[in-house]
Amino acid sequence: MTELSNILYAVILLVSGLSCAGYLVYFFRQRKDVRQIARVLLLASGILQTLFLLTRYVLVGHTPITSPFETMVFFAWSTTWAFLTFHWRYSLKNFGTIVSLLIFSLLVVSLFASQQVIVLPPKLQSVWLPVHAGISIFSYGFLSLAFCGGVMYLILERALKRKQFGFLFERLPSLDALDQLNSHCITIGFGLFTVGILTGVLWLKQVYGDYWHGGSKEVWSMVIWFALLFQVHQRYSVGWRGRRAALLVVITFVVILLTLWGVTYLSGGVHGHAI
Amino acid sequence: MQSEQILLLGVNHKTTPVEIREKIALSGGYDQYLAALNKIEHIQEHYLLSTCNRVELLVVADAGADVRDHLIRFLFGNEVPLEKADEYLYILEGREAVHHLFTVAGSLDSMVVGEAQILGQLKEAYRHAAEQHSTGALLNKMLHKSFTVAKRVRTETGIGSSAVSISYAAVQLAKKIFGDLRQKKVLLIGAGEMAELAAEHLLGNGVRAVSVANRTLARAMRLAERFDGQAISMEELPEHLEETDIIISSTGAEELIIHKSDVQAVMRKRRNRPLFLIDIAVPRDLDPRLNDLDNVYLYDIDDLSSVVEINREGRGREAIKARRIVDEETLKFEHYIETLEVKPTIVELRKRIREMAEGELAKSRHRLGELTGEQEDALEAMLHAIAAKILHHPMEYLKSSRCTGHKKIKERVNTVCEIFGLPEGRTEKQDNETNE
Repeated sequence: MTELSNILYAVILLVSGLSCAGYLVYFFRQRKDVRQIARVLLLASGILQTLFLLTRYVLVGHTPITSPFETMVFFAWSTTWAFLTFHWRYSLKNFGTIVSLLIFSLLVVSLFASQQVIVLPPKLQSVWLPVHAGISIFSYGFLSLAFCGGVMYLILERALKRKQFGFLFERLPSLDALDQLNSHCITIGFGLFTVGILTGVLWLKQVYGDYWHGGSKEVWSMVIWFALLFQVHQRYSVGWRGRRAALLVVITFVVILLTLWGVTYLSGGVHGHAI
Repeated sequence: MQSEQILLLGVNHKTTPVEIREKIALSGGYDQYLAALNKIEHIQEHYLLSTCNRVELLVVADAGADVRDHLIRFLFGNEVPLEKADEYLYILEGREAVHHLFTVAGSLDSMVVGEAQILGQLKEAYRHAAEQHSTGALLNKMLHKSFTVAKRVRTETGIGSSAVSISYAAVQLAKKIFGDLRQKKVLLIGAGEMAELAAEHLLGNGVRAVSVANRTLARAMRLAERFDGQAISMEELPEHLEETDIIISSTGAEELIIHKSDVQAVMRKRRNRPLFLIDIAVPRDLDPRLNDLDNVYLYDIDDLSSVVEINREGRGREAIKARRIVDEETLKFEHYIETLEVKPTIVELRKRIREMAEGELAKSRHRLGELTGEQEDALEAMLHAIAAKILHHPMEYLKSSRCTGHKKIKERVNTVCEIFGLPEGRTEKQDNETNE
C-alpha cells in the first residue's frame, strides 16, 4: 500500500505540473487546444488526488489530514475540487492558470514535509476528525479560489485606474466577474469554515471537556472567522465590493496559510494537541 | 466655371454656435427643402447636407447669375437676420467649394476628425437629391468623387481608425469593468459626434437604456428619441448618478459638471456598484479626482486614445496624409472640369481631320486601280498615321493648358479653332457625352 501511495503521489505531482504548464502555455500563447489538454489533466489530477487520499486513509487508519504533509495534499485536493465544481458553472478567463499554479505550489510544498505517519492518540480518533478537519480544509479550497480571484482583481483594477494596459490586462476577465467570484467563494467558504469551527469546538468539548482550549490555532481560527464574517456582512449589508473586498480576501488567505504552516508545522501536526 | 459656377454655402460647428445651428438645421427630411431649392431661378443643380454639426448647400448655378442672396435667405430663413448671417456663413466658389466638399467627406472637417458617420450622412443626402433629380452631371461626378475621397482617406490613412477605435475602446473598457453590458444604463451629458458614436457602440453591445441630459431640453429630447431613451434636464443629474452605470460627458461647459463630492455622496446608495465615466469634453466636464474614488473609473479622451495607442502626434501625421489626399483629388477634379472645356474642341478637331483624310482617300482611290487587301490596309494605316501626327501637337497644346487656368484655356481653344477653321463657340456648351 505504501508503494502504491508513493507512486500515486509522484504521478499527481507530474500530472498537476503538466496541467499547470499547459495552462501557462495557454496564458502566454493563447493556444486553446493546449488549454483543453490542461483541463483534462487537472481533472485527472483531481481524481488521482482522491485515490491517493484513499490509499493514505488505508495506510494511516484514519482520515489522512493530521500531518503537515497530509494537510497540504488535502488542501490541494480541496482547491482542485472546489475549482472543478466551480468551473462546471462558471468560466473565467485564465482563472484556471492561476488556480493550477496554486494547486501545483501546494503540492510542491507538501514535498518538503515529512511523509511519516502520525499515530493519533486514541482519544483523538473520532468521527469528528474527518468532519472537522475535512470541512475546514474544504472551506480553504473555496477561499483559495477567492484568493486567486482577488489577486486577479487587484491587478486588473490597478491597470484600469492607472490606465496602463499591458500584457496582463487583456488576459484577465472582467472586474464584475471577479467580484462575483469573490462573493460566491467567500460565502461558501465562510459557511463551511463556520461549520468547521463549530465541529472543532464540539470536538474540543468532547476531548477536553471545555469549549475553548486557548491554543494558537484556535485563536487564529477565530481571527480568520471574524475576518470572513466581516467581509460577508459588509457585502450583504452595504454592498461592499471591489478593491477592498479583493484586498481583504487576499490578506485573509495569507493569514490562513500562515496559520496552517506556522501553527501546524511548528507544532508538528494535529494543532499540537496531545502530542 | 464657364457657363456655370459651383457654389457652396454653409455653417458648421466651427463657425456657428449650436443655438444658431439648431435653428437652421432642417427638420422633417430633405425632400421639401430640395423641392424649394428647385424653384430658385438660375440654379441648375443642387444638393443639401444637414447633420447635427453642419448645414451645407451645394449648387451649380448659371454663370453670372447672382443667386447668393436667395440661397442665404433659404438657409437662414427668417430666424436669423441677414446681416448676422454673414458672421456664421462661409461661401465657397469653384475650386474651394470642391475642396471643402472633399474635406468634409474625408471627415477632416468633423468635430471628431476621422469619425465615420459623415460619409453615411453624405450618401443619405445624396440619395435624396438624386431621387429628386436635383443633381446633374457635374454634381453627380463631384459627389461620387467625394465618396472616393472618403474611401481613400479611410483606407490609406489611419485617421478613421482613431475615432472609431476610441469608441471601440470605450466599449472594451466597459466590458472589462462590467463584464456583461446588458443590464447597464448609459447617460449622455451634452452631445457630440464622438459621444453619440460611443453611445451607439454601447447600444450595439446591448446596454439597456440611454438617457440624454442637455442644457436645452429640446435637443436632449431629439437625441433621446434617436436612442429610444429618456431626456433629462441638467438639474436632474444628481438623481441619475444613482442609477447610471456609464456616463459619457461632452458638454461645452467651462466648469466642471460632476464633482468628486457629488459621486462620493451617491456611492453608498449605489451599493458601490462600479461607475464608468468618460469625459470627452475640452475643457473637462468631470472632476479628474473622481478617479481616486473606489469603484469609479474615469477616462478622458486622451486616456481613451492611449488605450488604442494612437497618440496625438500619430493622429496629426495621419491628418496631414489625409489632407494631401483631399488636395490631390481636388486637383484631379479641377483637371476633369477643365477637360470638359477642351474636350468638345478635341472631338471636333479629330472629326475634322478624319473627314479630310477620308475625303481625300475617296477622291483618289479610283485612280489607284486594283489593290490587294494588304495594300488596302497599308493605305488606311498611312492615312491614320498622318492624321494622328497632325493632331498630336494641337492636342498636346490643348491638353497641357489644363493646369494654366480658365483664361488661358479659353485662349488656346480659340487659337486652335481659328487655325483649323472649327466652328467657334462649341466650347460654350457642355457636351453631354462627357458625363459619366
